[in-house]
Amino acid sequence: MSPLDRTINIGGEKIKIPGSLNRNVLGGIGILVVAIILIAGSIFQIEPEEMGVILRFGKFVRTEGPGLHFKIPLGIEKLTKVPVQRQLKMEFGFRTTAPGIRTQYRTTPESVKEAIMLTGDLNVAVVEWIVQYKIKDPYKYLFKVRDAASTFRYMNEAVVRRVVGDNSVDEVITVGRARIAMEAKEELQSLCDLYEIGIEVNQLIFQDVNPPDPVKPAFNEVNESLQEKERKINEAWSEYNQVVPRAEGEAEQTIRGAEGYAMERVNNAKGDANRFMAVYKEYRRAPEVTRKRLYLEAVQEILPKMKSKIILDERESNVLPLLNLGEEAQK
Amino acid sequence: MKRPIIVLIGIVVFVLFLIVIDALYIVSETNQVIITQFGEPMGGAVTSPGLHIKVPVIQKANYFDKRWLEWDGDANQIPTKDKKYIWIDTYARWRISDPLIFFQRVRDERGAQSRVDDIVDGETRNAIANFDLIEIVRSSNREFEVTEEMAILDVASIIPKIETGRNKIAQIILNKASEITPEFGVELMDVKIKRINYVDEVQRKVFDRMIAERQRIASKYRSEGDGKSAEIRGQKERELKKIQSEAYRKAQEVKGKADAEATFIYAQAYNLDPDFYAFTKTLETYRATMDTNTTMVLTTDSDYLKYFKKVK
Repeated sequence: MSPLDRTINIGGEKIKIPGSLNRNVLGGIGILVVAIILIAGSIFQIEPEEMGVILRFGKFVRTEGPGLHFKIPLGIEKLTKVPVQRQLKMEFGFRTTAPGIRTQYRTTPESVKEAIMLTGDLNVAVVEWIVQYKIKDPYKYLFKVRDAASTFRYMNEAVVRRVVGDNSVDEVITVGRARIAMEAKEELQSLCDLYEIGIEVNQLIFQDVNPPDPVKPAFNEVNESLQEKERKINEAWSEYNQVVPRAEGEAEQTIRGAEGYAMERVNNAKGDANRFMAVYKEYRRAPEVTRKRLYLEAVQEILPKMKSKIILDERESNVLPLLNLGEEAQK
Repeated sequence: MKRPIIVLIGIVVFVLFLIVIDALYIVSETNQVIITQFGEPMGGAVTSPGLHIKVPVIQKANYFDKRWLEWDGDANQIPTKDKKYIWIDTYARWRISDPLIFFQRVRDERGAQSRVDDIVDGETRNAIANFDLIEIVRSSNREFEVTEEMAILDVASIIPKIETGRNKIAQIILNKASEITPEFGVELMDVKIKRINYVDEVQRKVFDRMIAERQRIASKYRSEGDGKSAEIRGQKERELKKIQSEAYRKAQEVKGKADAEATFIYAQAYNLDPDFYAFTKTLETYRATMDTNTTMVLTTDSDYLKYFKKVK
């Protein structure tokens, strides 16, 4: 029945018999379509990290947190989603091309210009940094400032340069890095508050901070010379440590040796003296005999050892030149 | 008969609808509106956001941004007072504070931007040319943290003190520019120096200077290394001599004392009878000095041989 109705309906307006029925159907479909459009336009979802800002005829009326919400459709209420919980990041002096385990970076002429800056001692440093921030106040972020993100970029550049401009190149590159980043972060935050930009600065971290490329070798030379200095000092100390303790040991040895000598000398003396005294004590009882005995004993001991003995009469002492003493000595 | 009437009514209703729609306009949070009637501004700016009504058809709504807008100047090459050529890049924040005057004087943002360009650039030039470079770079007379290397270069004494500083110079630019911008309905909030860079030629010289400074540091370190190691070697020599000589002295003292004691002991003993000592000691030396190589020539008047000649 219904397929029949339809064909007649499409055929033309001449046949009006089933018309009333068709109008109801059409009307129903129409209402349904309108209803779907209205509902689709009034339901919206806010993701966990977002916040929805609702404008009614351009006027800010409310914000909505995460979840399912309704608004007046047909463009009367308009929704803007702002990722308030998301940590946003900006890079200065480089750009991440492919984040991942091995993140790839690249520098562009524009990013190089961001990084090069004057230090307080009128030198030049190349400072790369990142800033992590959140949109704290969506209302301010959207309605107080146009293009808050690029304004924020300018603020970053101005603030970091101001702080770096009050530090020496050595501080910027080495000792002052963390302090400078901290100062810049605080100043950036207060500037954000002043500008009512609705941004909260979470981190400002210095990445590579270097002297400019043409100057780098000279900076490396300083490091090398420092290493060299330390090496030389270490070598000298190691030489010192090699020699001095040994000398101390040897000194000790000399002293101990001397002490040994002393003991030996004294003991020998005592021994000799005692021996002499002992002998002398007996000698005194019979000096003549003892003297002779000692003499003869010595002679007895000495003479057999000798190679040749020449005995001369006391009156023949002039025979001495005739002896072939040279030959004797040679044998 | 009926049909044209329906069509006519339809057209009238449609036109009326358009007119009603045209009477309504929306001011958003970011906008402000000036109503003009045949091009002539009617009343002040409408700034409160929401739905508003105007006379349809003959009145027109002109929208202007209400937010803080940015202005980013081109980098300018400017000589400082001490004749150093630098590139300077500023940014400013501005807004349409009086849309009516703004509308009358510059009509739109493009016109305003170019006026802000002229004014801020001009004031920047004036300000920069009045100050030394150091005044533009630094914002305080903060003392640098003196590292070992800084101490070598003695930077603190080279860098002059500032009197004005970067922040105040930016403030001067802002104040001067702010005197002019209200003439076309613009309020400037802030001018900041974004970038300062040396002009290429100057930069090259600065790099050369930096290189020379570092080389000075490096050679200082090298000679310090040489000096320190020589000092250590010297100390080593000194220690060595000290240790050895002290040991020698001590050893000699000990030996001397022992010799003295021994001498005393010998003297005490041998003094009992020096002659007997001489006798026994002489015999002892005979024993020690005469060996198989000795040829002895004895005469018969010696004590030993006196019986050899005659028994008496």
